[in-house]
Amino acid sequence: MKPSLSSRVVLAILAWAAAFIMFFPILWMLVTAFKTEGQAIAIPPLLIFTPTLKSFFDATQNAGYLLFALNSVIVSVGSTVLAIAIAFPAAYALAFFPGKRTEFTLMWMLSTKMLPAVGVLMPIYLFLKNVHLLDTRLGLVGIDTLMNLPIVVWMLYSFFKDIPHEILEAARVDGVGPRQQMIHLLLPLAGPGVASTALLSVILAWNEAFWSINVTASHAGTLAAYIARFSAPEGLFWAKLSAASVLAVAPILVFGSLTQRRLVRGLTFGAVK
Amino acid sequence: MIQPTSGTITPGRSGATQRRQVRTLPLLLPAVILLLLWSILPLLQTILYSFQHYNLMEPPSAYNGGLNYTYLFTDSSTWTAIWNSVVLVAGTLVASIVFGTIIALLLNNDFPGRNIARLMAIAPFFVMSPVAALIWKNLLLDPVSGLAGWLMTLVGFKPIAWFSVYPMVSIVIIYSWRWIPFATLILLTALQSLDTDQLEAARMDGAKGLARLRYIVLPHLGRPISIVVMLESIFMLSAFAVIYTTTNGGPGHATTTLTYMIFIRALNDFSIGSASAAGVFAIVLANILAFFLIRAVSRTLQA
Repeated sequence: MKPSLSSRVVLAILAWAAAFIMFFPILWMLVTAFKTEGQAIAIPPLLIFTPTLKSFFDATQNAGYLLFALNSVIVSVGSTVLAIAIAFPAAYALAFFPGKRTEFTLMWMLSTKMLPAVGVLMPIYLFLKNVHLLDTRLGLVGIDTLMNLPIVVWMLYSFFKDIPHEILEAARVDGVGPRQQMIHLLLPLAGPGVASTALLSVILAWNEAFWSINVTASHAGTLAAYIARFSAPEGLFWAKLSAASVLAVAPILVFGSLTQRRLVRGLTFGAVK
Repeated sequence: MIQPTSGTITPGRSGATQRRQVRTLPLLLPAVILLLLWSILPLLQTILYSFQHYNLMEPPSAYNGGLNYTYLFTDSSTWTAIWNSVVLVAGTLVASIVFGTIIALLLNNDFPGRNIARLMAIAPFFVMSPVAALIWKNLLLDPVSGLAGWLMTLVGFKPIAWFSVYPMVSIVIIYSWRWIPFATLILLTALQSLDTDQLEAARMDGAKGLARLRYIVLPHLGRPISIVVMLESIFMLSAFAVIYTTTNGGPGHATTTLTYMIFIRALNDFSIGSASAAGVFAIVLANILAFFLIRAVSRTLQA
């Protein structure tokens, strides 16, 4: 006995309305990016106009923009590769050789994620300054790696837990060492899980704004810092700013959409699957 | 830091576990050492600074007892900042739980184009905060050329300069727009793991839609909702980028939260001692919340 057709139609319309309302600001940014500056601030708002790519050219012509885009790529990919490399063996040990301290270790790692960044802003800032890593990609890569490490360990751990122990057990009996097990068995078996973990790490590092704004300036800033900082002087150039913003969020929107369900594990530390 | 309440500690230590410990230690050590350095050292340093008169503009630093803390708690702007944090966290939480639940329930139904609608509803979560801030500040809420202002004049109202007249409301709107999708995503995932047999049985027994919602679906969402509440509280206590991009804590102190106050004291005033005292306070607050989150997660670990 299904609900009546009319109630299903109403619920479908409501669902679509909700989705459209949530998406609308992104859509409006996208539309504005294809306008000229004059069209962008026109009232009443223009719905029908000849789209132009001029704002995209203008936005990327700015040398700063390209550098910051490159920084975003380097920092998010670099920190992700590092975080996975450090977390993979740890998650392997935690998932397949649980000892009496396993739970404590996991919980403690989670607790480091709860430390409000602003509470340790000064020590980290002064440390980076003293070792001359302020406003460097390396400094930001380090911060993002450590920031995401607990989530990466947890998410990998959660995916490893789903793999039957017997497979690795059999390999162990045959004398396959931990390194071989990790590379030749675990990596392929947990492939999709590792890929979503890497994606979440890239997304979080790409969108990270607090550290990027506070420990970088003109050399190592990411797009998040670029857009946050240039909001004031370029505030009047809405089309250009929209184009820059579209380019900054587009890759993450695509990544996020590809893997949204699996991301939930990482975002909730395995509490919701 | 937080000591998790752990329930499954195996007594004694057999030879086998000892061998395991030896073998797994090198695998664990890099992650553990890095996280120890990352979490403990800066924390200790913040505590140390918090007992010093330390300003980057006027070195050297000197121990000044608990003076930073005395100033912190007697300064009325601290209490304003705490209140602003509470309003921001509570406002965003209420919006994201209420709308997140409704949207998740709507999207959980079967309807044409469901997958696309889901992607659209969840998309704002992936938009970085500075971009989210600028979309709302310029394109939507600007009193002269924003869409909201134009819509208001259409229905006969005067456009509102949102960020001067209702600054905190504006900030809450922007953060809610980013965090409603987070709640939707988590709750939708939880709904999809709901046992459909149970719902079918209830339907067979003649339970009406609302009754099924009330007695089966909503109780099932209880735990995921509590997880969303705790995670969002922790993230929102550290909310920074939207305020930085739109109001800069103003007008006056209207949108200066605890986090933003610490940022201004540290990197605008270079008053490290007083920023650190406030930082310690923020850490204590976050840890109280974290305690409950860790307890909830710990329970799932044992399940």
